[in-house]
Amino acid sequence: MKDSKTLGLTSPQGGGASLYVHSTESFGSVDGPGIRFIIFLKGCHMRCRYCHNPDTWRMAGAEEKATTVTELLDQAERYRAYWGDKGGITVSGGEALLQIDGLIALFEEAHRRGINTCLDTAAQPFTRREPFYGKFLRLMQSTDTVLLDLKHIDSEAHRQLTGHGNENILDCARCLSDIGVPVWIRHVLVPGITDDEDQLHRLRVFIDTLNNVERVEVLPYHTLGVYKWEELGIPYTLKDVPTPSKEQVARAEEILCGK
Amino acid sequence: MSNAWRNFRGTLWTEEINLRDFIQNNYTQYDGDESFLVGPTDATNTLWGELQKLQKEERAKGGVLDMETEVVSGLTAYGPGYINEKTKDLERVVGLQTDKPLKRAFMPYGGIKMAEQACTTYGYQPSEEIHKIFHKYVKTHNDGVFDAYTPEMKHVRHNHILTGLPDTYGRGRIVGDYRRVALYGIDRLIEEKQKDLATMGEREMIDEVIRLREEIAMQIKALKGLKEMAAQYGFDISKPATNAREAVQWLYFGYLGAVKTQNGAAMSVGRVSTFLDIYITRDLNEGTLTEDDAQELIDHLVMKFRMVKFARIPSYNELFSGDPVWATLEVAGIGQDGRHMVTKNDFRFLHTLENMGPSPEPNLTVLYSSRLPKAFKRYAAYISVKTSSIQYENDDVMRPVWGDDYSICCCVSATQTGKEMQFFGARANLAKCLTYAISGGVDSKTREQVGPAYRPIEGDVVTYDEFMPRFMDMMEWLAAVYVKTLNLIHYMHDKYFYEAEEMALIDTDVRRTFATGIAGFSHVVDSISAIKYAKVNIIRDETGFPLEFKTEGDFPRYGNDDDRADSIAVWLLKTFIGMVKKHHTYRNSEPTTSILTITSNVVYGKYTSNMPDGRKAGAPLSPGANPSYGAEKNGLLASLNSLAKLPYKYALDGISNTQTISPSALGHDDDQRAETLVSVMDGYFDKGAHHLNVNVFGVDKLKDAMEHPEKPEYANFTIRVSGYAVKFIDLTREQQLDVIARQAHERL
Repeated sequence: MKDSKTLGLTSPQGGGASLYVHSTESFGSVDGPGIRFIIFLKGCHMRCRYCHNPDTWRMAGAEEKATTVTELLDQAERYRAYWGDKGGITVSGGEALLQIDGLIALFEEAHRRGINTCLDTAAQPFTRREPFYGKFLRLMQSTDTVLLDLKHIDSEAHRQLTGHGNENILDCARCLSDIGVPVWIRHVLVPGITDDEDQLHRLRVFIDTLNNVERVEVLPYHTLGVYKWEELGIPYTLKDVPTPSKEQVARAEEILCGK
Repeated sequence: MSNAWRNFRGTLWTEEINLRDFIQNNYTQYDGDESFLVGPTDATNTLWGELQKLQKEERAKGGVLDMETEVVSGLTAYGPGYINEKTKDLERVVGLQTDKPLKRAFMPYGGIKMAEQACTTYGYQPSEEIHKIFHKYVKTHNDGVFDAYTPEMKHVRHNHILTGLPDTYGRGRIVGDYRRVALYGIDRLIEEKQKDLATMGEREMIDEVIRLREEIAMQIKALKGLKEMAAQYGFDISKPATNAREAVQWLYFGYLGAVKTQNGAAMSVGRVSTFLDIYITRDLNEGTLTEDDAQELIDHLVMKFRMVKFARIPSYNELFSGDPVWATLEVAGIGQDGRHMVTKNDFRFLHTLENMGPSPEPNLTVLYSSRLPKAFKRYAAYISVKTSSIQYENDDVMRPVWGDDYSICCCVSATQTGKEMQFFGARANLAKCLTYAISGGVDSKTREQVGPAYRPIEGDVVTYDEFMPRFMDMMEWLAAVYVKTLNLIHYMHDKYFYEAEEMALIDTDVRRTFATGIAGFSHVVDSISAIKYAKVNIIRDETGFPLEFKTEGDFPRYGNDDDRADSIAVWLLKTFIGMVKKHHTYRNSEPTTSILTITSNVVYGKYTSNMPDGRKAGAPLSPGANPSYGAEKNGLLASLNSLAKLPYKYALDGISNTQTISPSALGHDDDQRAETLVSVMDGYFDKGAHHLNVNVFGVDKLKDAMEHPEKPEYANFTIRVSGYAVKFIDLTREQQLDVIARQAHERL
């Protein structure tokens, strides 16, 4: 792996670097190991039809105030007493990788402070082209866990669902496997859209080619975010889609996570 | 050494009444997990089945199964009673409050009017004879209080700025050291009290001494009565218990005597788990008891605590909804020497919630420390996730104040077992006090001049500089009238409704605490913050009364780990208890305060007008020390951090915090949820917070239970509310809606 200097990256920005933050949550217990402080970043290029945080899609405008790494970590550390030996911070979105420069500074500073880091991403910005790829490799050096959303194994279906194909996302999974960063694979189960058994089996075959997967989680689709679409005035196209039954979730778990 | 004390270590406790010394010398720590626990025996299932039937019948009859109308309750007012005559041989622990299960006794000494009203509310008519005796010949606590109340006291009471005062019912909150009955037997306890009586007043014979002499004599009578009561059930409790079954039974008789003679708002059991474990462990080692027997004993004891009932009037039920008795019972804790005090029995008590399902009573309380054994913390959290029936209190902040043998004497407040008693003092509505500061002491509802006619705020905006001195003055006035009122109430309670049986099981040289309380805490904090950081416009009605507020701009709210708001919270608490402490308190008791409302937050809210923080007139106040509804914007831990900033030393009577967490926010399965909960509590209590009620369920379940209370799965659906647990379907609809409205911590 190349070090940051040969990649021509800017020097570590440290605590003065900043990120556009949508919101934070002091108590996350299902987004990475243990209890975590969650930072939701602004901006996402995907337009997942079931997204429960459409309010985070919009990129920050130039006039908006960013939060410095120091401010964010100081805030996070107010909850350190609850983290025990597993917890820490998770950066989610939006799509966190769209702010990769700030993210590098955040995670590197977090590691300096002894804070466990977790990245929750759908990997849509991933590419092996520079300058992104070098930055990504550098970010991974201070990332303890990646929560990787695999929304659909079929690229065309993926495009239907999110507006983007999945080739680079699967490539990101392979890259993470190659460099050995622990990954939790997450799959949102939407009845009629992402629960086709053949597709789930294909997804499982793909996951089995990776050697860094610690956990595979099936997240049942829910409608708790629909009100946000209404507030934003965006038509919600899954109105008639039900949430999956316990049996459907169990079946998907059996396929994706079973021995 | 007597046979009853065989194999027990230590000497001090044999020479004097000293339960702490006995426990510290004899308990066996347990670091393992719950795998040793056993399920219910057939006898337990049969008896619990019977009781479930009775409870169903009770609900069908509108909440009361049966009431006494002929007999005044007392230690020996009834012969023996059993859950069911046919199955009485199955009862390992015997004794009922009356002659029949769930039948409510007639207890007139707190106030005859209330006792009679409780009957007539449910369609019962007390006998003519009782009516005549108590109206003509016997004076009650309530009569005494109203004879002596000043016009001002009646006025503040009528205007609900002081509410829930124990002037119409037993004050409760006294925990007899029921363990003494088991360890020493009644004869020894009588002997000790007789020694006290013999020497009391040798030097001076003044009021205080005369009164104490009379009280000790009453205590001795009560002890004799207790012996007689046990004899009716075929037990001789004059001597110490010789084995576990006797220890459980003797102890329960001690408690039964209390609930036969007092209908206090809180009738706590105390810290009995570790004590009883010593007897159980001895029997297990001697081969005279099996684990099945041990669990059965605890299950049956708990079943009895689940059956305690009092006859209450509707206005009482509005305050304390769902028939609570606060049979509070503690497990765990850490000793002064650093050894944790978790025993197998602590597991057994928690396990009753699995063997017999969730239940509000006894009010199971875990004395928590992050240093408790991991396996125990995990099991307690697991039971919380499954049943929402447990509360947690921080042993690390209480131990330095109360030692390592304290009990919880009501919902959350500590008392040294057998060494202290508490004067319960309900609470002052500081939210209303804040509105009085603006209106110049005029009540928005009655438009009466209730507080002193201090200068009102006359402009269109409530400015911080104008508001604060007025608020301080009004609070000083309220604290004064509050303490005076309580002094009077407790004087009369001692005089007309003395707790002889409970006090007989407490040292004669008793330390007394004087509890006060705060209602509307978060709304006062947020309103002061609004006045300080935003612009609070006054909207006056046609008479010029400041009836509404329009607050412009943002202001920090308590519950977000924001020091600007949280420091106001600390200031408010410290200031109020400081004002309370300025006054003389009855019998030189030590004043304390609490931030705890029980379900009374709904009633208090009803009588409280609009506030600058945006709370609307009549809306429920936020319960206990909880942040206001909708104020928490940064999630559970931010809210907990705010609570943890309130120093326990300023609120030694307790700081109650009730949190409802959606199962999905805690984890994917119950094991993960338990683990997460342990981390949350480790962090919260390490920060010095005092108390946490933990509920684990989603809002959907609450809504469904409200609409379909008849579904069998909701029959025992228990939730924690401020300071106690309650069956959700027993709450009034208003209170159910209040519980639902409180935002559960549920993340998308």
